[in-house]
Amino acid sequence: MPSYVIAEKCDGCKGGDKTACMYICPNDLMVLDPNEMKAYNQEPDACWECFSCVKICPSQAIEVRGYSDFVPLGSSIVPMMGTEDVMWTCKFRNGVVKRFKFPIRTTPEGASNEYGSLKGKDLDSGLLSTEEADGKTLSGPTQLA
Amino acid sequence: MALPNKPLGELKAVRDPEVIEKEVDILIVGGGMAACGTAFEVKKWASDDTKILLCDKAAMERSGAVAQGLSAINTYVGENAIEDYVRMVRNDLMGIVREDLIYDLGRHVDDSVHLFEEWGLPMWKKSPEGKSIDGKKGQQYGTLKSGASPVRTGKWQIMINGESYKRIVAEAAKKALGSDNILERVFIVELLTDKNNPKRIAGAVGFSTRENKVYIIKCKTMMVACGGAVNIYQPRSVGEGKGRAWYPVWNAGSTYTMALRAGAELSMMENRFTPARFKDGYGPVGAWFLLFKAHLENGLGENYAGSDKSKAELANYAPYGTAAITPTCLRNHLMLFEMKAGRGPIIMKTSSALQKLGETMDKKELKHLESEAWEDFLDMTCGQANLWCATNTEPEKKDSEIMPTEPYLLGSHSGCCGIWVSGPDEAWVPDSYKIKAANGKVYNRMTTVDGLFTAGDGIGCSGHKFSSGSHAEGRIVAKEMVKYIRDNAGLKPELAESKDELVNLVWKPVRTYLDNCTYTTAEDVNPNYAKPAGMALRLMKATNEYGGGTATYYQTSSKALDILIDDLLFMMHEDTEKLAAGDLHELMRCWEIFHRIYTVEAHVRHIRFRKETRYPGFYYQADYPGQDDENWFCFVNSTYNKANKEWTLKKQDYIKIIS
Repeated sequence: MPSYVIAEKCDGCKGGDKTACMYICPNDLMVLDPNEMKAYNQEPDACWECFSCVKICPSQAIEVRGYSDFVPLGSSIVPMMGTEDVMWTCKFRNGVVKRFKFPIRTTPEGASNEYGSLKGKDLDSGLLSTEEADGKTLSGPTQLA
Repeated sequence: MALPNKPLGELKAVRDPEVIEKEVDILIVGGGMAACGTAFEVKKWASDDTKILLCDKAAMERSGAVAQGLSAINTYVGENAIEDYVRMVRNDLMGIVREDLIYDLGRHVDDSVHLFEEWGLPMWKKSPEGKSIDGKKGQQYGTLKSGASPVRTGKWQIMINGESYKRIVAEAAKKALGSDNILERVFIVELLTDKNNPKRIAGAVGFSTRENKVYIIKCKTMMVACGGAVNIYQPRSVGEGKGRAWYPVWNAGSTYTMALRAGAELSMMENRFTPARFKDGYGPVGAWFLLFKAHLENGLGENYAGSDKSKAELANYAPYGTAAITPTCLRNHLMLFEMKAGRGPIIMKTSSALQKLGETMDKKELKHLESEAWEDFLDMTCGQANLWCATNTEPEKKDSEIMPTEPYLLGSHSGCCGIWVSGPDEAWVPDSYKIKAANGKVYNRMTTVDGLFTAGDGIGCSGHKFSSGSHAEGRIVAKEMVKYIRDNAGLKPELAESKDELVNLVWKPVRTYLDNCTYTTAEDVNPNYAKPAGMALRLMKATNEYGGGTATYYQTSSKALDILIDDLLFMMHEDTEKLAAGDLHELMRCWEIFHRIYTVEAHVRHIRFRKETRYPGFYYQADYPGQDDENWFCFVNSTYNKANKEWTLKKQDYIKIIS
């Protein structure tokens, strides 16, 4: 189910500091044609349909067309990413449309606590840093063979 | 005058790349869940002047197996006994597992899950009335850490709203490690041992998939965690659909091959995973079985798994087959039994399951139930949702087919191939499970190469870690690596190879291409080189036909394995010397296929060595059907000698720790 780029909508992220789809694709598939200033999927049969490029595209220029070897034409699923939720629009081949909204995150982006100032004390114990900070103790199995 | 013969990709490769040399204390190779765990944990223990570097082939925000998201966390111990977690893993993997590693993981995994929730990953909660509440509304009941009840589907799984799972985990990892210490789009391709001690890790080489740059990185200790191996057997879809692998298609066996070629011992590489999933779209089935209580029927409309015949068949594999939860391979075995007898296809009865659940629900609850069913796909396998849309499949009205996929190699899901590592240095861990470094000390999760660690899919004999367990395991490794550099303060890594030799190694496919590409008018067909795309198909055809792929219902034989290993793979290795890359993307593909071939070879050599069929349903060795506990209730370990290209396989004792 390879991603494709809608020519009219893609501007090559020329206003941004990076080409978003090229930045994010886990399989290095999305590339920018610098002459046309438009992106494309350079290896559609290696696309995992993970939708990372679809979700990150600032111009909503990327969608996905089902794999030609088993998916009939005529459907689409399109995500709209918010900061707290994703809204999916799922269109069936027969015209049925379903919409779903799911939470994606309960904290603001960038707010994860990396425990930057936490320093572990006992390097020789088997405890992880936050376990040690919580005062946990490490015990071995009791139901032995 | 030849026609202009140009490489396909946008980022052309040049003959002489820039060379970047670095020296660090700790090198983290990989960027998935395990590596994010290491990145989060490592600075909590390392002194401020410790130099740490992480190299990811992709962008951490969406790299690894969780890139797309997940709809559940499959390992959360919670209220259960850790010993029961060990028993579950042991039974699912037919008895032969490293119980020390599994127990150790079980006592740390919840801490990572609690962090995920704190960072913002929405977790479903059970309301006091026993209703399932999604992760946003469920916040009112508090956190798992504070005692709120998760929504359990099975004994170990909890439901999440996990579309942004990896983004959240990667954010904390990147903040903790610092962006200056992270190189994205750098693909490490070969690990290097020390000039003065070939049993000690000393560095790695790789290249940028964005710029013409080779990286030579020296280090005192290293973790390699780049996932499992995918697209190693011919997929059921061979056109565009071969990208729709069940596991991430970019997992190229790099973990196993790089460790193997550095001298590390692999273990249980004969184990594989061939998940039964929704046909073609490969959507998850776990929630359908556990949450929606759907069942399977054969083509005749029979609930075959519950039949007396199936129970009798499972009894042949007691005690595993007769346990309360049937092992994953045996569930496949029963399914294949039906398919081979002409009683296919296998159908998941989604319609009757949802109708039954709907009987006790009002309209609003029913709508929520439908939403849950779709989220299961949209969170982690979007393409399956589109396949339902394209085939007009509303699961409450139309059932879907289930099919076992092509084989995968991994160590974190319901599979246990990987690298042999040390267990924790504690009294209850048998000595034969402890690996001593040259300084006489034992480092948890260290491989048989001094200073080289792994985690997640990399560690053999201990499946069912999943996303949360891989993260926790990466954290365990972080602390052990800091311990290792503290104990080996005077270590000065030295590489055996010169800078030119290393550049030649990494860049060989580019130079082969440039030396030969003008000979023909179309760049993909040239007798002097092999393009990685063709080599990938060659590997998958060979494994499918001889190595127990879908073509033979996962059956192989001694003779077929001999042909595959001694003839087909032998020549493939020779031809990898002629791999050619015109651009940086293709260079990545060259190294991936190089990694895949070694990983596959380890897999099929292990199958040939183990003269029994330990995992019926995953593969069958036709000359040795059934299990032979008397001779084969043991691990199989292997090593490879890069200098003389020799493989060594041996039995390794299994020791039962948990009753």
